[in-house]
Amino acid sequence: MKLAWRELRRRPGRFAAATAILFLLGSLLLLLSGLVEGLNANNDGLLRSQSADLIVFSSTAQESIPQSLIPGDAVATIAATDGVIAAGSLGLVQLGGRLPGAAPRDLIDVVIVGYDLPFAGLPESMPDGDAWVDSTLRDRGVRVGTIIRVGAARTPLRVAGFSDGIGFQTQPTMLVSSASLREAVAANKPDAVLPEGATQVVVVDTSTPAATAGGIDQATGSTTTVTRAAAADAIPDTGGGVLQQIIGLTVVIAAAVVALFFALLTGERVGLYGVLKAIGARNRSIFAAVITQAVVLSLIAGVIAGAVSIAFEAALLADSIPFTLTPARVGTSLALLLLASVLGASFSLRRILRIDPASAIGTST
Amino acid sequence: MTDHPALLLDDVTKTYRVGDDEIVALAHIDLTVESDEIVALIGPSGSGKTTLCSIAGGILTPTSGEVTVAGTSISGYSDRQLTEFRRSTIGFVFQSVNLIPFLTARENLLVVDEFGRRTGQAARDRADQLLDELGLTDRRNNLPDQLSGGQRQRVAIGRALMNEPALVLFDEPTSALDSKLGIQVMELIRNEMKSRRTAAIVVTHDDRITHFADRTVHIGDGRLDI
Repeated sequence: MKLAWRELRRRPGRFAAATAILFLLGSLLLLLSGLVEGLNANNDGLLRSQSADLIVFSSTAQESIPQSLIPGDAVATIAATDGVIAAGSLGLVQLGGRLPGAAPRDLIDVVIVGYDLPFAGLPESMPDGDAWVDSTLRDRGVRVGTIIRVGAARTPLRVAGFSDGIGFQTQPTMLVSSASLREAVAANKPDAVLPEGATQVVVVDTSTPAATAGGIDQATGSTTTVTRAAAADAIPDTGGGVLQQIIGLTVVIAAAVVALFFALLTGERVGLYGVLKAIGARNRSIFAAVITQAVVLSLIAGVIAGAVSIAFEAALLADSIPFTLTPARVGTSLALLLLASVLGASFSLRRILRIDPASAIGTST
Repeated sequence: MTDHPALLLDDVTKTYRVGDDEIVALAHIDLTVESDEIVALIGPSGSGKTTLCSIAGGILTPTSGEVTVAGTSISGYSDRQLTEFRRSTIGFVFQSVNLIPFLTARENLLVVDEFGRRTGQAARDRADQLLDELGLTDRRNNLPDQLSGGQRQRVAIGRALMNEPALVLFDEPTSALDSKLGIQVMELIRNEMKSRRTAAIVVTHDDRITHFADRTVHIGDGRLDI
């Protein structure tokens, strides 16, 4: 192992090209991961950030909130089902929002979401008329206290705070109390007002998701209950899937680059490895040295790529590109880069095994 | 020094198959090297001297016959056992020196210890002692490309002696040196081997250095002419 470290320390130039390429691939991985996370947060963040475990849709809604309608008696049945710790309504309506000072036609599309069970750092009880809004609206000049008027009726909603990653179908959200939502709908889309006690979906806290989901659907006979993740996955993809495939391809390319680099390096070192074997080095010692070097190179490249990506995210305006780096995404990307490097370097194992120590003294079988 | 010969080759044959042809590299070799003896193995290119050296060092296995080093037969050893055997019992000095280019002179000696059961301070003390005896104390932290040809050869000798071997195999140790330096290196080899009472086989095609050996063995077409 010391051998690997000393070569890295004393001959850094030899590894510079591979490290630079790994840095570029690592940066690409992180960029794609940030885009996937950003797109997801804009698209299904409203559901993924729920603290509830289950989402209950009407059975004909195909797991779409706008198409779902759960009548009041079913809502009561859900709340009374075994395993349900807490149940609350969740509903939404899409309206145009007008910022202070904006021209009459200068509207932004927003999704007004009414909730009962708090999530994503929302207050336990939202005062009627207040809204907790998507942080991407900050870049539109929205601040705490800003009044956003929504819909043709210009229903005023006062911004009380911000949350990250709560978008819905690529639109920013404004989270309000269920009463405020009902008021906004009544004022702007009176034909969409739900019957008293009804809601679009019900979110459920439970400690036994599978059993409780089955129990709810059996008890109501008219609902489809899915996990939070399944509900989020049901929202139509906006490009994240393609990016995930590109991430997979990038990992394969990284592995191929490392494999090629260490194949060339091993080819150059046949004589050196022959000498090491002749003086008593085991194959596993030599292989461990190769893997150590691959790991160190990918860690150096990954850390630099991580720092550059974090700086890139900080420099971006929140609503310019949907780019979000989370510790989990950064960790996963670096782990993938590391895995690709180890896999790539492992391709040299066969060649190392085949190096004959006799090559060190000028003869070979 | 032990009671056993350093090397005993008993009817050793080595053949290679090249296509349909069988090449005989060594044929029925019998050779004994005593525990403090220096043997010069002389022969032209392709005579089998390097193959003999490789078999003696556990790098190649014979097709038939028995190889005994310091009283232990290695003929049935697995690759893993041979690796351990080379690490603990044999010293090698290669034709082109073959020092590890990114290690200092001292580290080139210590690398032998790193591959085996590490002895830590004892190995460091031994490396320092060997470098001192070889006149390389002030060059211990130099990389090979900062050393002269003779100094590199001395480092290689030091590396070969790190594991206190029963047998040291020198493969053309003077071929890359001018004649004056070649003589100095051979004097050094003889002094080091004799002072440690360690056996050595010096493979060479240069008759001029045979007087540094206790005995000269000629090899041609894979057969010894003792």
